[in-house]
Amino acid sequence: MARELLKGNEAVAEAAIRAGAVAYFGYPITPQTELLEHMSKRMPELGRAFVQAESELGAVNMVYGAACTGRRVITSSSSPGSSLMMEGFSYMAGTEVPAVFVDVMRGGPGLGNIQPSQADYNQIVHGGGHGDYTPIVLAPASVQESIDLTVLAFDLAEKYRSLVVILTDGSIGQMMEPAELPPMAPINNETPEWAVDGNMVGRERRFLSSIYLDPPAEEVTNFRLQRRWQEICANEVRYKEYYMDDAEYAVVGFGSAARAALSAVRAARAEGIKIGLLRPITVAPFPTKVLDDLSRRMKGLLVVEMNSGQMLEDVRLATSGRIPIEFYGRMGGVMLLPDEVLAEIHALATGPLTTEGHPRDRWLARMAGKN
Amino acid sequence: MATTNELEQVVYSHPKALADVSTHYCPGCTHGVAHRLIAEVIDEMGIQERMVGVASVGCSVFAYNYFDFDWVQAPHGRAPAMATGVKRVLPDRMVMTYQGDGDMASIGMGEIVHAAARGENITVFFLNNTNYGMTGGQMAPTTLPGQKTTTSVSGRDVETQGFPLRASELLATLDGASYVVRRSLHDPKNIRLAKKAIRTAFETQARGLGFSMVELLSTCPTNWGMTVPQATQWLEEKMIAFYPLGDFKVTQAVSEIRI
Repeated sequence: MARELLKGNEAVAEAAIRAGAVAYFGYPITPQTELLEHMSKRMPELGRAFVQAESELGAVNMVYGAACTGRRVITSSSSPGSSLMMEGFSYMAGTEVPAVFVDVMRGGPGLGNIQPSQADYNQIVHGGGHGDYTPIVLAPASVQESIDLTVLAFDLAEKYRSLVVILTDGSIGQMMEPAELPPMAPINNETPEWAVDGNMVGRERRFLSSIYLDPPAEEVTNFRLQRRWQEICANEVRYKEYYMDDAEYAVVGFGSAARAALSAVRAARAEGIKIGLLRPITVAPFPTKVLDDLSRRMKGLLVVEMNSGQMLEDVRLATSGRIPIEFYGRMGGVMLLPDEVLAEIHALATGPLTTEGHPRDRWLARMAGKN
Repeated sequence: MATTNELEQVVYSHPKALADVSTHYCPGCTHGVAHRLIAEVIDEMGIQERMVGVASVGCSVFAYNYFDFDWVQAPHGRAPAMATGVKRVLPDRMVMTYQGDGDMASIGMGEIVHAAARGENITVFFLNNTNYGMTGGQMAPTTLPGQKTTTSVSGRDVETQGFPLRASELLATLDGASYVVRRSLHDPKNIRLAKKAIRTAFETQARGLGFSMVELLSTCPTNWGMTVPQATQWLEEKMIAFYPLGDFKVTQAVSEIRI
C-alpha cells in the first residue's frame, strides 16, 4: 500500500475496517465526527453494520451486544460522550467481552470546547465506570500510529477479552499526515467458545452477563480480571524513546503533548542539552519499570501533558520520589507549544531541582500571572 | 416426556425452550405465565436454536436462567440497544428482549423509542405490572394515579409525581413500529390471546417486517400487597381501565401474516 494524505479520524475508521471490524455504532460529537461519517459511508457499502445511535448510551450498548457475539466491533466519541459510555465499559469489563473504543479528547470539564485536550486520562486510564477493571489504553502521536494502534487494538481486545481504548485528541484526529493503511484483512466470522451467537446447534445454551449475586463468585471474576491485568502489564507495555542513549534529563509525555515535546527536545539538543523523550504508547499498562529505571540514573524529569498533570501522578508513583520532577501542562483545549516546553527544559537543566513538594504546585505558581 | 398409549394424548408438557429449573418469581406473579407462553411459541416455530434473548434489569434479570437458549444480559433500560447490536451483526438470528415497565418505560425510554423508530427487526416483550418489583415496589412510570407504592405512600399524586405513560400507544405512533399490541395475563382467555400475539410478534421478525412489541399486563401480588385473586381482580378492573387491551399498530404486511 502507498502512503496517502489522511486525516486522523478517517484513518482510524478505515484502519478499523481493514482490521475486520464488522460493526460500528456511534453518535456525532466534535472532534470525532469524521470517524462516524467515514463509517456511515464505508460500512454499508461493505455490507457491514453501521448504526447512528440515539445517544452514546445507545451506541455503547449496541457495541456491548455486538461484542457478546465475539465479532469485531468499534465505537468512538469525544470526552463528554465518553463519559456517557462509561456505563457500558464497566458492563463489558464485567462480562469480559472485547471491543475497541476511540476517545478523541477535547477540552473540559463539562461541555468545554472542541479543542484538543488530554484531560480524559484519569477517566479512561483509571476507571470511569464502576468496579475494579482497567482497559488497555493506547495513545498514538501521529496519524500513522493511530492506524497501527487501531489494528493492534483489535488483536489485544480479542487476546485479553478486554476493552481497548485508542486515547487520542482533537489535534491528532483532525490533522492530515501522509500515512499508509494496512491491506484489507478477511473478516473472521467464527464464534469464540465464550461468545453468544444464537447458534445452539450441538451445544448447550450460552449466556453472558455481568451479574454475580453470590459475592464469592463475583470475587472469583474480579481475581480473574486482576490476574489478566497482571499478564497485560507483563507483556503489553509499549513506549518509544527519543535521544535517550546519553540523556541526563528526560521529558515524559504521550500523544500530542509528546509531539510538542519532541520538537522542544530537538531544539534543546541543538543547544547541547543532554535531554531525551520518553513517550508511553500504552498509558495503560503504564511503562512503570522504564520510569523506575530512569529515576535511578537521570538528573531530572519533565512531565508534559495537556491537562493538570494526570499522568504525572503515575510517573510519581513509578519513580517513588527518587528523582526531581517538574510538570508543565496546558488545559481546557489550549495546545502545548514547543517553545513553552523548551523554556521548561531550560529551567530543568539549569536547576535548582528538588524532590520536595509537588510538581503541580510549582507549575501553578509559575503559571500565575500568565493566564 | 410422558409415554402414551392409544387412549392417551399429551396435551401439556414442559416446553423445550423453557429450562427445567425453579424460578425466583413470587407466587402468583405472571412472569412465569409469560415465560411459558414465549417458550411454547418458540417451540412451535422451531426457533430455539437460533434465539438470542436480551435480559433486562428488574425481576426478569435472571430470565436467561429460565429459558433454554442463548442470552445476554443488558444494563438497566439498554436491552433494545444491546439487541440492536446482536441483530445487526447476526441478522438471521431471532432476537428478543424481555423488559419490565421500570426498565423499558423509564430509564430505557430512549433506547426503546429509537429501536422502534429505526424499525429494528427485534421483538420486545414488555411486562407491565405498574411498579419496580425487584427493588421492592417503588413507583414506576406506569403506576396508576392514586396507586400506593413505597415511593408514593399516599397514592400517586399526579400533581407532583406526574401521570403514568402508555408505552404501547406511544410507540405505535412511530413509523418504524410494525406490530405493537397490549394483552393481559389475568385469565385463560386473555392468556390465549397473549400467546397468539407473541406468535405474531415473532412471525413479524422472522419475516423481516420490523419492530414488534407485545405489552403484557401482569400482576405483582407481593408488592401490591394483595392475595393472588385480589391482584388478578385489580388488574382486570383497574389496570385494563387505564391500559386498554388492543392492537395499536399492525402494519398491512403484518396483518397479512397467516400462521
